[in-house]
Amino acid sequence: MSFFKNVISRLKDGLVKTRQSLTRGLRSLLVGRVLDDQLIAELESALIQADVGVVATRQLIAGVREGYLAGRLKRGEDVLDYLKREIKAMWPEHDRQLRSAPSGPTVILVTGINGAGKTTSISKLCATLRNQNKKVILAACDTFRAGAVRQLEIWGERLGVEVIKGQQGGDPASVAFDACKAALARNADVLIIDTAGRLHTQDPLMRQLAKIRSVIARQIEGAPHETLLVLDATSGQNALRQAEEFAKTADLTGIFLAKLDGTAKGGIVVAIRSATNIPVKFVGLGETPDDIQPFDPDSFVEALFETESAVEV
Amino acid sequence: MFERLSDSFNSVFRKLSGQSSISESNVREAMQDVRTALLEADVHYEVVEKFCDSVVQEALGREVTKSLKPGQEMIGVVYDRLVEFLGGDPGAWKQAEDMAASTGAGQGPVLPIGLSGEHPPIMHLPSDQGPTVIMMCGLQGSGKTTTCGKLAAYLKKRGRSVMLVAADLQRPAAVEQLQTVGAQVAQDETLGSAKVLVHAEPDKTAEYGKAVGVAVQVCRRGVEEARKQGIDTVILDTAGRLHVNDALMEELNQVNKTLRPHQIFLIVDAMTGQDAVNSAKAFHERLEVDGIILTKFDSDTRGGAAISVKHVTGAPIKFIGVGEKLGALEEFHPSRIASRILGMGDVLSLVEKARHEVSEEEAEALQAKLAKGEMTMDDFLKQLRTIRRMGPLKQLLGLLPGIGAALKDVHVEDKQLDRIEAIVNSMNREERKTPDVLDNSRRKRIASGSGTSQNEVGQLAKQFAAVSKLFKQMGSMSSKAQVDAVRAMGAGAGAGLGGMGGFGKKGSSYTPSIKSKFKKRK
Ligand SMILES: Nc1nc2c(ncn2[C@@H]2O[C@H](COP(=O)(O)OP(=O)(O)OP(=O)(O)O)[C@@H](O)[C@H]2O)c(=O)[nH]1
Ligand SMILES: Nc1nc2c(ncn2[C@@H]2O[C@H](COP(=O)(O)OP(=O)(O)OP(=O)(O)O)[C@@H](O)[C@H]2O)c(=O)[nH]1
Ligand SMILES: [Mg+2]
Ligand SMILES: [Mg+2]
Repeated sequence: MSFFKNVISRLKDGLVKTRQSLTRGLRSLLVGRVLDDQLIAELESALIQADVGVVATRQLIAGVREGYLAGRLKRGEDVLDYLKREIKAMWPEHDRQLRSAPSGPTVILVTGINGAGKTTSISKLCATLRNQNKKVILAACDTFRAGAVRQLEIWGERLGVEVIKGQQGGDPASVAFDACKAALARNADVLIIDTAGRLHTQDPLMRQLAKIRSVIARQIEGAPHETLLVLDATSGQNALRQAEEFAKTADLTGIFLAKLDGTAKGGIVVAIRSATNIPVKFVGLGETPDDIQPFDPDSFVEALFETESAVEV
Repeated sequence: MFERLSDSFNSVFRKLSGQSSISESNVREAMQDVRTALLEADVHYEVVEKFCDSVVQEALGREVTKSLKPGQEMIGVVYDRLVEFLGGDPGAWKQAEDMAASTGAGQGPVLPIGLSGEHPPIMHLPSDQGPTVIMMCGLQGSGKTTTCGKLAAYLKKRGRSVMLVAADLQRPAAVEQLQTVGAQVAQDETLGSAKVLVHAEPDKTAEYGKAVGVAVQVCRRGVEEARKQGIDTVILDTAGRLHVNDALMEELNQVNKTLRPHQIFLIVDAMTGQDAVNSAKAFHERLEVDGIILTKFDSDTRGGAAISVKHVTGAPIKFIGVGEKLGALEEFHPSRIASRILGMGDVLSLVEKARHEVSEEEAEALQAKLAKGEMTMDDFLKQLRTIRRMGPLKQLLGLLPGIGAALKDVHVEDKQLDRIEAIVNSMNREERKTPDVLDNSRRKRIASGSGTSQNEVGQLAKQFAAVSKLFKQMGSMSSKAQVDAVRAMGAGAGAGLGGMGGFGKKGSSYTPSIKSKFKKRK
């Protein structure tokens, strides 16, 4: 599976992931097969099992069936090409780039529900930007969860970047304010803001997020230039509600799909894209700062239909 | 959802009327909507297939067409099966006993503790047998560390001392997180005086992948320390890991082999999608999980993962996490989650929440008043305050059948409750007793006294009238009757269904008015 090849080749310190052995027998559901009703049924099952969701799955399947009846799609490979085209059209290249400020610091606001992977994903963005010789500052606006500030601080120490923090239990918006001031004063290229995990159903916390956003907007022109929602790739249909609500409150510009290194396929982003138009920009593939890749629709589609040919344990 | 299902069942069966028998394909057609509902609730594809098959078998056996309301009876079958798939059966006690017998490697009998004593969510050894060891495991970010703190609080409240062991040496600040959480529980005097300690070895932490295996020794020393100090329960907080990461799964296996924990809990995010079966299965195969804790159930997820995980592991679901705070842990009740998955609301949870806040006598006195239509503004205010103690309004309303979905786009502001309180506080005794006397001049006075508008005062009076009418109707139905109605629902008994149906209908008829009220006040 080409999608994970880079990562798997970067095995660290003898930590051999079973993913390799488990997926050695990976094959595509589609390759080498003739398209018929049976395959369409399997296709539907595969899409559902990838968390694409009932509605989006039915839309995609309707397209396949139409092509099948019209004689345009005859083999599994045709279907794969068709879906790649469809899905790639959903995520045009220019949509997947990280936006930046024309001048002054670029501000990236990182949001999401509890435990999705925000703080870790920030370490990844930070490492990527550092490798491009950008001066990065991090802001620890999760003043709520136990150990959250320290967690970001440790990443800051490891990556050699400054972390702006406030009091535990303090007002996150005022940390954001300080961080903007610091970014301007130190001529930082990028300011990345970590926020506390919050459920999209919690009105007070969502309002707090809106406040953080408006504080940033007042301090730095055009900021936040990028507002990312970190989604857990294992999440089910609820992620669609998350995307809708966070988009409403924080005006999302993109999704960071974390934890795609497991067996979950993250298909919910397809449903999200059709419902909300928010592009996926990055994927997270592990727990270290280099486990990040730009989102690649082609490999994503291929992975959707990969199944284990080995006998299930 | 609940109403949609019931409608669609009815329409399928209506077509059948006149036909003498029901065929499998008829029932299957009727099940299409159930299938969709379950998939949308994130139940795993194959589990859904199995579930639907089992409902079809059952329905055919029951000849539901003979019933007057086949649609509702089908819902009853579905609900019943769902409860069963979630592990709700009268054999739970026996299961617990069997589990006790099979754990602890011959360390003697295990005594259950728990709220009811009937379905013990946690077991523990008799005090002379050394500490009971619980191991937590699960994917990254599922809520293990937070749940360690919640379990510690749960146990402390029941007079048991706890040692938390920080065995996550790889996530940055994981040790500090557990130390903080442990200190919070230790310092909380409302939980009693039992000791809560944290065993941590911060110097053993390392970057990802560099301390694999060290956790085994940390756990061993933690348990040793607990034994020395005479601690009752040890909870091991392990690092999050992928089920496909062999080295890290092996580490858990080593902890298991070395320490023989009495119970292993798998912590699963309730928002997990189809992949829940893969990870749960892998953890279970390695560790033989004894129980499941589903976290983040305070979100608006339908929580179908509960069925998937239960189905592939067979392990009972013990608790659900319903918030980030340390008290936000509830014992698991299959019937409630079944209602939730079907979108029927969660009346029982509401009843239980209320029970925490209101004494039995108080409730009965109020109920009598309500039923007679004698509610005053003072009672209303008291209710309001009770409700506020129970949690955010939106969350509470979401537990009512039929209201959850309607609330999706409505902003229910807790702040508005402040205004209502202010208004009532500005009323004199007469006005509180009989709000009907509120004329324009009184409204004006109250509005200026409470810093609100006359319009708001008028609206509150109207709302009050509506609510007391509603209570008068519902008053005749005690919480016991509501519980019974839901139970009967499960049994699919005709009479009980009538009751439930009635309740459901009331729900749907007052939904729009509540909705518009909140909209108006916005
Ligand atoms: N396997 C894997 N684990 C990840 C990935 N991203 C994050 N994690 C892990 O997921 C867990 C939670 O990550 P955090 O970054 O703390 O998540 P968060 O969203 O900041 O959490 P809160 O601040 O508590 O809401 C940690 O154990 C991370 O190491 C990923 O791409 N793959
Ligand atoms: N809303 C809500 N948040 C929860 C619940 N349980 C845990 N959380 C939050 O979820 C996030 C992750 O929780 P942790 O306890 O750090 O998860 P973990 O499994 O220990 O994470 P790792 O150790 O990184 O694998 C935190 O932000 C918690 O506050 C819950 O029941 N409801
Ligand atoms: Mg975080
Ligand atoms: Mg943890």
